[in-house]
Amino acid sequence: MVACAADALEPEAALRFDHGGRTLVIARSPEGDYFAMDGHCSHEKVHLADGIVDGYIIECPKHFGAFDYRTGEARVPPACIDLRTYEVKVEGDNVFVKI
Amino acid sequence: MSNEPAMVIVGAGEAGTAAAIALREGGCRSSIVLIGNESMLPYERPPLSKAILIEETYPEPKLLVTHKRLAELEIGYLVGRSVESIDRAAHTIRLSDGAQLAYERLLLSTGSRPRTLSIPVAPGSRMATLRTYADALAIRQIIGRKCEVVIIGGGFIGLEVAASAVSRGASVTVVEAGPRVLTRAVPPSMAELIQAKHERSGVRIETGAMVERVDANEGRSRVVLADGRTHLADLVLVAVGAVPNVELAQAAGLAVANGILLDETLASSDPHIFAAGDCCSFPHRLYGERIRLEAWRNAQRQGAAAAANILGANRPYEDVPWFWSDQYDETLQIAGLCREKDVPVARNLGAEGQLFFYLAADGRLVAACGFGTLRAIAKEIRVAETMIGRRLAPKAEALADPAISMKSLLV
Repeated sequence: MVACAADALEPEAALRFDHGGRTLVIARSPEGDYFAMDGHCSHEKVHLADGIVDGYIIECPKHFGAFDYRTGEARVPPACIDLRTYEVKVEGDNVFVKI
Repeated sequence: MSNEPAMVIVGAGEAGTAAAIALREGGCRSSIVLIGNESMLPYERPPLSKAILIEETYPEPKLLVTHKRLAELEIGYLVGRSVESIDRAAHTIRLSDGAQLAYERLLLSTGSRPRTLSIPVAPGSRMATLRTYADALAIRQIIGRKCEVVIIGGGFIGLEVAASAVSRGASVTVVEAGPRVLTRAVPPSMAELIQAKHERSGVRIETGAMVERVDANEGRSRVVLADGRTHLADLVLVAVGAVPNVELAQAAGLAVANGILLDETLASSDPHIFAAGDCCSFPHRLYGERIRLEAWRNAQRQGAAAAANILGANRPYEDVPWFWSDQYDETLQIAGLCREKDVPVARNLGAEGQLFFYLAADGRLVAACGFGTLRAIAKEIRVAETMIGRRLAPKAEALADPAISMKSLLV
């Protein structure tokens, strides 16, 4: 599934990707690698793509729960439930996500 | 419970609960006792004015911690009890059930309570305030059917309940004594935006409206204003701010003035007693003045910070104040303190929202507030918060220019 163009994001940035009833956040690391994770914070239904990316951490824009977007691990309360991550590969000009 | 002195926390809201957890996670080996005066596990208050009022299904409270987690952390939770008195010489407290408890250190996180109005209210009037889950359920029950709600006070709680009630089909009037809504917290032009949003959604807002009394009227209430106007209501919500719960501290002889007076490390005038959350006032280095906050994030972080200092960290608490409020599908966020003496700089995000930055006389950014979609404002406010914390002095022209990314100013 094409999630976005390979140049859609600056490093340390994120965007929202919706597909078939799911909503994901696509994040780009400081090194330029892409990652994909479930988009809604596990604390409340707030989309993480609206939050800031700092290193490998993406932070909820409302309550500051934070996740490691590479592993989905909840790192800062009030988030305490890990999020699911998805396999990502960059081919040509596109970022593909395996859903 | 043993008679060994424990770490005792009075008040099981955000601050007290965060403190209890932080104490244990910070390596505390003493017993930890958390005392709550409500009849349930600690829960989140922000949803009380929003989700709890509007959810279709019967709303459960959002718990801060489970019984299992409390057991894992070996935190003793005393439910449905309040603290009657503190004996500072003996290092003991007396509970409402008569029990006595010895403390090694005491943390007061007693919160605040809704301010009441000193006006005549006829018996039988349907009056409400909003602080607890039980309060929220009582309000929910009434606004769920066709009814008229009068909200006294155009502050955050009043406006959030107005939004929730009107979305459930109630007819809502907000009467505000001041010249505009949200007088304390946001610049006038932002208050206008928010007021307009409410009016488009069907909320009537009357400013400069002093309530004189509430009469009974055939099973309903009649709110009478000083200028003679009246409003019939099935429910009158009094939302005119909060007062800190300081009586326990005061009776124990602790220094109190608009909150329990703390030093920078959140210790009270008694070095064995700390405080955190809505009930305390503390000197904030960024602002060079003593402040008291009624905010969710402060309660949480201040509770954790007090716990660290109880364990000897001895760190001044200087978290940047941060506040948010949902109004319909839009969000207001404030980082720092918007003070009248500082210069506001506007950044217009068009239909998506508006931001204001406040620069102090020395050029430092000291506050930022935004109203609009979460997408438009959250990142900007978050970056501004970092700038405030780092005491940066960005140029006003750059802040005003939406084409210049906030992140690029973070140097």
